[in-house]
Amino acid sequence: MVKLTIDGREFQAEEEKTILEVASENGIHIPTLCYHEEVSPYGACRLCMVEVTRKGRKRLVASCLYPVAEGLVVRTETPEVNNIRRTVIELLLARCPDSEVVQEMAHDLGVDKPIFSLEEDNHKCILCALCTRVCQEVVGVSAITLVNRGVDRQMATPFYDFSEVCIGCGSCSFVCPTRAISFEDVGDTRVLTMPHVTMEFKLKKCSKCGKYWAPERQLEYIAKTAGIAPEAFDICPDCRD
Amino acid sequence: MHAEAGQIAKKVGAILDKYQHDKGMLVSILQDIQEEYNYLPRESLEYVSKTLDVPFSQLYSIATFFKALRLTPRGRHLINVCLGTACHVRGAVKVLETIERELGVKSGGTTDGLEFTLETVNCVGACALGPVVIVDGDYHGQMKTEKVKDMIKQYS
Ligand code: SF4
Ligand code: FES
Repeated sequence: MVKLTIDGREFQAEEEKTILEVASENGIHIPTLCYHEEVSPYGACRLCMVEVTRKGRKRLVASCLYPVAEGLVVRTETPEVNNIRRTVIELLLARCPDSEVVQEMAHDLGVDKPIFSLEEDNHKCILCALCTRVCQEVVGVSAITLVNRGVDRQMATPFYDFSEVCIGCGSCSFVCPTRAISFEDVGDTRVLTMPHVTMEFKLKKCSKCGKYWAPERQLEYIAKTAGIAPEAFDICPDCRD
Repeated sequence: MHAEAGQIAKKVGAILDKYQHDKGMLVSILQDIQEEYNYLPRESLEYVSKTLDVPFSQLYSIATFFKALRLTPRGRHLINVCLGTACHVRGAVKVLETIERELGVKSGGTTDGLEFTLETVNCVGACALGPVVIVDGDYHGQMKTEKVKDMIKQYS
């Protein structure tokens, strides 16, 4: 256990926790986009910047990655912190002017117009890699990654093709902070739409009510990893018992 | 030039053996595969993914991250146009555009029949010669748009 101060209040916390974890457990709000408690932190969006003072030295750090330490003094709202968050959101807004989430967040931070805008390719992805981390760490298939480098960096499947390992579960879409990934079930098909890749999955039909209820690949995957007989999924959850 | 399955298994298999199937050596493994094929055939990445149990997506991510790795075959002749500041102000962009038109490919591309690959570089340290075009390691200094045709002819 270590003792630290956040915004003038004293806290005790386990050593391996990050500033962000301790703050949110105690109701102190720090804005984030790329953080999710289910996956490892990545430090991509830089919105969670806070000021820390340690041994008399002040620095700005990403709170989602910075571990707490004895005697650490954290301030989550200072003119510098707000300034840097504003700059970060200005850049994100310039990159993704179409994202309502980014727009709202920018508005809350006092930014209403992008400082500049990209001429083309205005989609909603901020490249935070939350989808790829969830696909890898939670789903366990690693169908998607960030590809290319620099200004060409994008989130995609290998060769921008249909992924043989994607199970169409939609977890990437649920977790996407800017709603850059979406899916829709139309008839017997799930259409998963990513910024640069679209994939289709066949849905399984419930043998009782006839409803198409989940991607076949996903059910096969669950059956395989959980060691359940695939027939267990012949009927949908609504028709069971 | 085209990579077929049995041959991949043998050649890439041998490379994997050399690195004792160590997942920490992916970049070196990919470099060796590229040495062998002059690029990274998709099938070779699939083979590495299956054999080492590394996500295919991770290999694609690495292959697209490093400039030294490529997923398309390179032509027999490599043309590098310097776009460093000195060459740039002396008209390197015009030279590049002329080469692009002459070959019918954009920078980064390879002509049909794998004859030429066209790339750009940011300064080769020969600013006094600018604009510089390097073909297969030969430096062509004081390049002019009018000289492009003859230069390409030397190599085709
Ligand atoms: S839908 Fe595909 S890419 Fe998205 S989380 Fe599921 S398996 Fe991964
Ligand atoms: S939440 Fe810390 S960088 Fe995104």
